[in-house]
Amino acid sequence: MPEVRTETMTVNMGPQHPSTHGVLRLVLELDGEIIRSSSPTIGYLHTGIEKTAEQKKWQQVIPLVERMDYLSAQSNSMAFCMSVERLLGADAAMPDRVKNIRILLAELQRINSHLVWLGTHGMEVGAVSVMLYCFRERELLLNINEMIAGFRLFPSYMRVGGLREDLPRGFHDAVRAFLDRMPVKLDEYEDLLTKNEIYLKRTQGVGAISRDDAIAWGLMGPIARAAGVDYDVRKVFPYLGYETYDFDVPTRKNGDVYSRYQVRVAEIRESLKICRQALERIAPRGEYAIADPKITPPPKDRVYTEMEALIQHFLIYSQGFTVPAGEAYVPVEGPRGEQGFYVVSDGTNRPWRVKSRAPSLLACQALERLIVGGLIADVIAVIGSIDVVMGDVDR
Amino acid sequence: MGIESEYEIPVLTTTVEKMVQWARRSSIWPVTFGLACCAIEMMAMSCSRYDIARFGAEVFRGSPRQSDLMIVAGRLSRKMAPALRRIYDQMPEPKWVISMGACASIGGVFDNYAIVQGVDQVVPVDVYVPGCPPRPESLIYGIVQLQRKIAEQRLVQV
Amino acid sequence: MADAAALVASIQSAVPDAAIEPAASVDLQATIFVTRDQLPAVARALRDHADLKFAFLAELTAADYWPHEPRFEVVYVLVSIEHKLRLRMKVRLSGDDAHLATVSAIWPAANWLEREVWDMFGIVFDGHPDPRRLLMPEDWEGFPLRKDSPVQIRRPTTTFEPLQVTAEEFRENVQRDRLSRET
Repeated sequence: MPEVRTETMTVNMGPQHPSTHGVLRLVLELDGEIIRSSSPTIGYLHTGIEKTAEQKKWQQVIPLVERMDYLSAQSNSMAFCMSVERLLGADAAMPDRVKNIRILLAELQRINSHLVWLGTHGMEVGAVSVMLYCFRERELLLNINEMIAGFRLFPSYMRVGGLREDLPRGFHDAVRAFLDRMPVKLDEYEDLLTKNEIYLKRTQGVGAISRDDAIAWGLMGPIARAAGVDYDVRKVFPYLGYETYDFDVPTRKNGDVYSRYQVRVAEIRESLKICRQALERIAPRGEYAIADPKITPPPKDRVYTEMEALIQHFLIYSQGFTVPAGEAYVPVEGPRGEQGFYVVSDGTNRPWRVKSRAPSLLACQALERLIVGGLIADVIAVIGSIDVVMGDVDR
Repeated sequence: MGIESEYEIPVLTTTVEKMVQWARRSSIWPVTFGLACCAIEMMAMSCSRYDIARFGAEVFRGSPRQSDLMIVAGRLSRKMAPALRRIYDQMPEPKWVISMGACASIGGVFDNYAIVQGVDQVVPVDVYVPGCPPRPESLIYGIVQLQRKIAEQRLVQV
Repeated sequence: MADAAALVASIQSAVPDAAIEPAASVDLQATIFVTRDQLPAVARALRDHADLKFAFLAELTAADYWPHEPRFEVVYVLVSIEHKLRLRMKVRLSGDDAHLATVSAIWPAANWLEREVWDMFGIVFDGHPDPRRLLMPEDWEGFPLRKDSPVQIRRPTTTFEPLQVTAEEFRENVQRDRLSRET
């Protein structure tokens, strides 16, 4: 009789892997197909953004910060701008139009991020065409980004003090066309996945987390809402006037991969509602920043003709503005949960410390609890459902 | 060399080198090496708007042993550099490397302790595609340039 | 904020023998300073006391104020979902004595966050179950986010990892992996 050995096998799901959403390394200990333990290693995308940000002026930190969580770029830059504006005391004077535009862009960014999540998650679970469909809708959103700032992924459109410049012509039509098209397409995607028996078998009961565990491990956002925690920063600590908008926060009870899918698809629908309301409130032309001459650069035609405007432009772009000493942390609801920047200023024109609260880092930490005891094929579904972005984890 | 139509069936004559280089450049299969934000644009390039399947490169192989091309898409940190070298070494010849984006080409916006200032310190690069991230059209242009480079390569070194 | 004073008063009443020092803050979070020795007691009270219930640790980070002393400030941002409160708790540490008790037993989310603070600043967390580097390579020397550590380091990239086992161990592992059959 040949001996059958029953030791566990160690498998390395290395930093380069088609399904780990970036550079995450998991060393899995397998007993057949069941995972006995896993140890994640992160840091393969550590960029030292926080150290680099200490060398830049305040406005120059915004492109750095957008590249942290590269799927929710405008949420990131909005959170940073809000923290700095809190230190400056400038958010009291923010015009309503700017707040509504910020809300609109943040919600469009949420839809953008959820579309990427849905596409990659569907592709990894096996529904490859979902990826092509989602990226097709995403191209419309990237067209809108390109329209406002010329750049697809990282517009750097949110600045400290408001926005970089006014909205272009055709913005309202483009957004309205997208908002009319999206619900129809979302129904198509739900048709493909929500009642699909293969998808249900792969995702129901998989990677479940309880409500108390979600809070203890610091997971806020769609993961916790799928487990029953009714916490959304937009509702509990509203900012930018979210309390005047009419939207719901979807929650589910089971906390497994399927619940997270349902929560995120429902969130896309809620974001579409908010976008429609925000679009009504935005006039096509108007103010786009607070009127503080030290922070907001003057429009270019005045720079070329008036002396004071030229001096103001020169001062802003050469030495920047100074922020009073102190610290601030303004929480914002990003697509992955609570985001925010802990900003410390020492009174000069460069930050002293910039720290980003990374929801993906805590999701990565909780990954072990979600996959241990499950099958190895479920690891892919779980990693897809917690929607980690390694740029945010490693910063 | 040319099309000879003496017979009923048209016949095309050419050199082995041209055939081999045509086959190699028309079906470059990349290995998935998306590191950061440039990977998102690489995925967008492989989707339906900027279809890379027209150029033969739509099959992103998961394993380096089955691929020809490594598109280093994103910032390379010092911790990741050994893994990059290992993946490159595991690819069989002939292999090419496209360094996509500013971070892979020269370190990009991040001139600090954690990022390798250019992927060419670790692997030899054939085409550099600038941008942060480069538009999918730029990357397609980079792949077309690589195809041109492959067409001009000689099989036998004389 | 009017609520900040009330919150600080209720924290002080929950932990009567701790010296809670309130500080000014411009944002949503009331700020308190806690001394290093009282941190475990205060943290436990913050999580468990019925009026406080700060069960969600949003952020655990540090800031380096070199060359001022005390050099480090470890910052905890806490959220109470039931009472809709936010709190920022800070602990001052001096540069040559930078160690602190861990809170990973109270808030499990603190595990990796404390590892990151150790990795970036060199602040030791006593009692941490897994004190390893998180973001930098395991053999990195130095603590990058300290103010006296350079931003740019020009040094060649290591592209190979030496084998971690000896030659004999490697041969043994290969032997073991071979499935033994007796015919």
